[in-house]
Formats: sequence, structure tokens, C-alpha cells
Amino acid sequence: MTQQRLLKGGRVVDPANGRDGVFDVLIDGDRIAEVGSNLPADGAEIIDVPAGLIVCPGLIDMHVHLREPGQEHKETVATGVAAAVAGGFTAVACMPNTRPVNDNAGVTQLILQKAREAGLARVYPIGAVSRGQQGEELADIAELRAAGCVAVTDDGLPVATAILARRALEYTSMFNMPLIEHCEDQTLKGDGVAHEGPVAASLGLRGIPGVAEAITAGRDILLAEMTGGHVHIAHMSAWTTIEAVRQGKSRGVNVTCEVCPHHFTLTDDLLAAPVAYDTNTKMNPPLREARDRDAMIAGIVDGTVDVIATDHAPHHYDEKNVEFDRAPFGIVGLETAVSITLDTLVRTGLITVSRMVELMSVNPARILRVAGGRLSPGDPADITILAPHLQVTIDKTKSISKSKNTPYHGWSFRGGVAATMVGGKTVYTNPATGMRL
Amino acid sequence: MRHKHLLGIADLDPDEIVQILDTAEAMKEVGQRTIKKVPTLRGRTVINLFFEPSTRTRTSFEIAEKRLSADTLNVAIASSSVVKGETLVDTAMNLEAMAPSMIVLRHSSSGACHLLSRICQAAIVNAGDGMHEHPTQALLDAFTIRERKGRLTGLKVAIVGDLLHSRVLRSNVLLLTKLGADVWVCAPATLIPAGLRQMGVRVTTRVDEAVEGADVIMMLRIQLERMQGGYFPSLREYFTTFGMTEERVRRARPDAIIMHPGPINRGVEIASEVADGSASVILDQVANGVAVRMAVLYLLAGGTEHEAVA
Repeated sequence: MTQQRLLKGGRVVDPANGRDGVFDVLIDGDRIAEVGSNLPADGAEIIDVPAGLIVCPGLIDMHVHLREPGQEHKETVATGVAAAVAGGFTAVACMPNTRPVNDNAGVTQLILQKAREAGLARVYPIGAVSRGQQGEELADIAELRAAGCVAVTDDGLPVATAILARRALEYTSMFNMPLIEHCEDQTLKGDGVAHEGPVAASLGLRGIPGVAEAITAGRDILLAEMTGGHVHIAHMSAWTTIEAVRQGKSRGVNVTCEVCPHHFTLTDDLLAAPVAYDTNTKMNPPLREARDRDAMIAGIVDGTVDVIATDHAPHHYDEKNVEFDRAPFGIVGLETAVSITLDTLVRTGLITVSRMVELMSVNPARILRVAGGRLSPGDPADITILAPHLQVTIDKTKSISKSKNTPYHGWSFRGGVAATMVGGKTVYTNPATGMRL
Repeated sequence: MRHKHLLGIADLDPDEIVQILDTAEAMKEVGQRTIKKVPTLRGRTVINLFFEPSTRTRTSFEIAEKRLSADTLNVAIASSSVVKGETLVDTAMNLEAMAPSMIVLRHSSSGACHLLSRICQAAIVNAGDGMHEHPTQALLDAFTIRERKGRLTGLKVAIVGDLLHSRVLRSNVLLLTKLGADVWVCAPATLIPAGLRQMGVRVTTRVDEAVEGADVIMMLRIQLERMQGGYFPSLREYFTTFGMTEERVRRARPDAIIMHPGPINRGVEIASEVADGSASVILDQVANGVAVRMAVLYLLAGGTEHEAVA
């Protein structure tokens, strides 16, 4: 007989099943057995969920860089999944720009092996679109799929040419998997390091215009429309990109999209103050202007945006402790996303908890065609317990990720993670919330 | 001065700028003596840390330091060797360990001086950082204008050239607008940065409009790489469309002065007749650079305007 656990008395938010209210969740081994009111214990271990906490299907971050193989000084699969569960994520999808690139089954299998050894969060590898991410010929996508990849992307770069993007959309449609696009016209980006605008002009930084993103997004949305393939627009940052996605969706194109917490909270003003040229404000796509940030929020509110993902991009302290234009792009995000979202979107009333769960669990599962996103009998018991009233101060020195490159150090948010459960096993509890599992 | 470092004109209030210019007048007098030396910075070590080639600026700083009796040394590092080896932070920490009073930094990355100012006890003087600022250039330009015109407020200053990549442009726009000049900037549309208008200047692509009635014409260097980068089709077309010729200068006020931070490209941004003509103050700028840098070093070292040259 497998072990049964009964989560009692929490507010269960499970939009896929139309649930938002106080329910019990019965877990049998690694699966959800039943969700209902006042379920009998019947010998199950009873776990009382303190009042005010929210039980929801495990959050899924569909855009992280785990850096293994090849850049283990920044992050490993093991440290990455530890950071993920501390951030409330029960699963992550990892980008293929490792060294070597995840463009073959061998690398995919290595990542999955490391993930099995680490336990904790589920890991869904994403394969490269093109061999070596060189943008010339398709990678062995059928092999990648068979080995366990759930999507393909050349993230870090866009699919280099329109013809390759067309072929990729046609080819991936055979496997019912999305093409994830890092949209950025490389000629318009040039050697830019910051959003092209007044702030970059006054700091003397080379600019990346917002339309560099929207142009590639427009190209790919049109190609998805033509081929019937599924394109997922990663980490949108420019208002023009949201507009392109909105138009595509209104025409019925198979396009989905994501936004990162930093793009719906921060603007490029942060490059100038309080710490001028802070390399932890450098990421790609860059922080843009208030109009862009507000468009991200509007897209989240009106339903245009499908997913909140972190683009967790760990970099070593030494790599960031250099001149701004020499620093690598990217910030960590796994351990801050829930607090930022609960505070800036949910507490403010812009979205409901239910919408947050759609953005961070239901929709990533749907887009990647993986398990999760709901608490139905028979589903894996992947559960995140949120503490919406918890006061959280971000302290990079306490982060679990191997890298500390966050612009949110010292920021306070209302809302955090109480506990994370993967396959019925407790993988994280936050003692500050009174939650015991 | 209220600041420990000189990172850019952006940090300075108008009264601090005027204080530097006034102090520079006293320093200029020192340069006209037979014995061009005062003991003001005796016992202080100043390191000129240059990651980019520079003749004019480095020499100017070195002369300024020597005239103030500072112990001065030059560290010139090719950027390429840094890429292979030590980081800027490590270089700075090593120099810092030898306890210099000041570090004068020239670097190809915008913000390099800000980075150093966060890790060094030494006062950091920005001698040009990437496309960001070149504050002592703007100060010596303002000094030269004030010397010729007696004021800055209300003067029409036309700045013509590569506005996009120029640190001299940024520092000058900040300084001249703080002191009330009417600043016009002119370049091909491809070399105008986004957001320049928000800095309080009039932007035009018509050089005649910029120059019309100007008291000061300031030319910026056009680098050959910009043509290769596709910003404009040819040096010849640049000269015919934007080059400062005698004919164009005639649209300015009869007593207008011609300025250029150097090094000049004759026949590209400026005709030789203009660069060498009677209205040109290009070499006065170079001469004044020493006095202005003496003033900056002196004030950063804690001196006051009145005891400058005792």
C-alpha cells in the first residue's frame, strides 16, 4: 500500500478544474487521488495547511538556463532545480545553449540523467532548432523529441533566417511541439547592450531598439500562420511585440507568448540609478521604457500573454564584475518570480490568483504538452503552496542558485512560497510560513 | 568641490562648473610664468591609466599634474591585452593597493569610471569613457568660449558631427545647457541618438540652420569606421553635405569662433581654411586644457579657489 497524504484546509486554486475555494487534496503515492470537501483521512497522513495559504498545481518555468553541460561554474542541473523548488517551481524547461549545444540525443540524455540524480524538480530539456545553433541546417529534431525534448529553440539567438524558421515550423508540427523563438533582428541589434532610448543615450550605451524584437516576432507569426506550426514568442519586452502577437491571435494564428517578471516590473531607468551601469540590470531583451513595461502588464491582464517565465540566466560574479558593455546578458529569476508576481500583479488586484496559476502552471503545461497544470485524480502530485501574505526581502547572499546576479537584491515583496511538492514528495518548505510537511 | 570624483558633467551643478572655470583662470596664469610650477599637489601620486590611445588628453593631464608638483606616472594598456588577462577591476585594485591619490582613467567602455569609483579610495577623473562622457574636454571648451565671449549664457552654440558615438557631445550638451547656452546639434539622421532632444537641445539635419547666427561652431570628429558601418555613403558626400566650409561659416555671426576637440580630419568634417583661419580657436582649446585639468585635479584634492596658486 502506498503512502497517502491529505492536505487539509487550504484554499485550492485549480483553474483547469474551475476550482477556487477551501478543499482537501488527497495524495496517493506520487499521484493526486482526490480533491474535495472534508475528505476522510482513512489513515492518510494529515497535513494541515495554515489559513491564508494557497494550494495550486505545481508552477512550471518554461524558460530557464541550467548551464550544464559546459558552464557549471554558473549553474548545474542540481543547483538549478534546487533553486527552482525554492522558488515554487515543480518543473523547469531548460534552454539548449549549453556547451556543447543540446542539439543531439546525447546531450538531452545527459541533462535528464543529471535531473534524475538531483531529484527535486522535473526537468524538460528543450533542443536546438539548428545544428550547433548555427542557424544553417535543422538539428536532428525527431531524435531530440524521442530523447525527451519538449520544444526546440535557438534561444540566445533567433532562428537565423526566414527559410529556416519556415522549415522548423513545418518540421516541428509533425511532432506536436512548439518552436520557441528568441525574437531579435540581429542587424538591428548590432552590438547593442541596452534598450535604445533616452537612458542609453545619456549613459553612452549602444542601443537595441524595441522593433528589433517585433520584426522577428512578426516574421515568425506570419510563418506560423502560413505553415500551421506553433510558434511561442519568448521573453517579450517591447510594446510592438505584444501588438504583433495580439493581432496574430485575433487572426487565429497558433502563437503563444511569455513575459518575464523583470519586463513587467522594471524599466531602463534602473541602468542609471541607484547604481549607474549595474551589470545586473543588463539582460537580453533589455529593460525598456514605461510604455513597454505597461504594455506587458496590459497583455497579462487582457489575456494576450499566456505565460510568465523567468529566463533564469545565471552568470558568475566574475563575469558580471566588469565594464557594462563586456558583461554577459542575463539575470537569475527562479527564486524571485513568485514574490514579484504575487506582489505586483495579484496583491495590486491586476490579476487573480487563478489567472496567476494559469500563467505559471496551466499554460506552460499546455504549451509544452507536459503533465501538470491541474489537480485531477491520476495527475502527478506536483503541488505548490503559496503564501500570499508573507513578507519577503530578496537577499542574493542567501540564494540557492549558484549565481547571484539579480537586480532585486534588497527589494521587499509581499508574497512567497510556503512549500513545493513534486510527485507527492515534499522538496521544499519555507519555515517562515508555519507550513510543515 | 562637493564631489570626490569627476565622473561626468551630469553630476555637476552650475556653480561647481563656474568654480572650476574660475580656478582654471588662476591656473592659466601659472602656465604663463617662467617657472611653470606650484607646490599644490606635492606628495600626491596621480596615475594616468589609459586603455585607449591618446596623445592630446594624456599629455595635457601629465603636464597639468607636473605643474602642480604631483608625482605622476602613465600606465598605458592596450585593450586587447586586457581581454586576454587581467580585468579592469583587478588592475584597479592592484593600483589602488599602492595608494595613489588620484586615477585619471581613459577607457573604451561607457561607465568604466563609475565601476572604478565603487572600488577605489583614490579620486577618479574621467578622461573619456566609451561613448558616455569626456568632462574635462567640455570644461576646457567652456573655458575657451568664456575666455573669448565673456559668457556662456545666451550664446548660440552649433555642434556638428557624429552625435551618436561622441562622448564630447554628451559632456558639452550637459555643460552648455546647464550654463544657459542655446545649443543646436546637427548630424546626418543616422548619427543622431534616440532621446537627444530630451537633453534640451535643438536637433537639425540641416547644417545651414544650425550655423545660422551662431556664436560658436563646434565640430566633432568623423571616424572612418562610421562610413564603413554604413552611417553615410562616403567621406566626400559627408564633406559636401555637413563639412564646415568658409561659405557655411559666413552664416554664423561675424565674430563666431570655430572649435574642434581634435584630432581633426581635414577635408572631412572641416575645411583646412576654416581649421587654420582667424576664427579658429582649436589650439587655444589645447592650451586651455592644461589649465582646466590643473583646476580639476586641484579642486578634487580638496583645494579651494582662492588659495590656488599661492
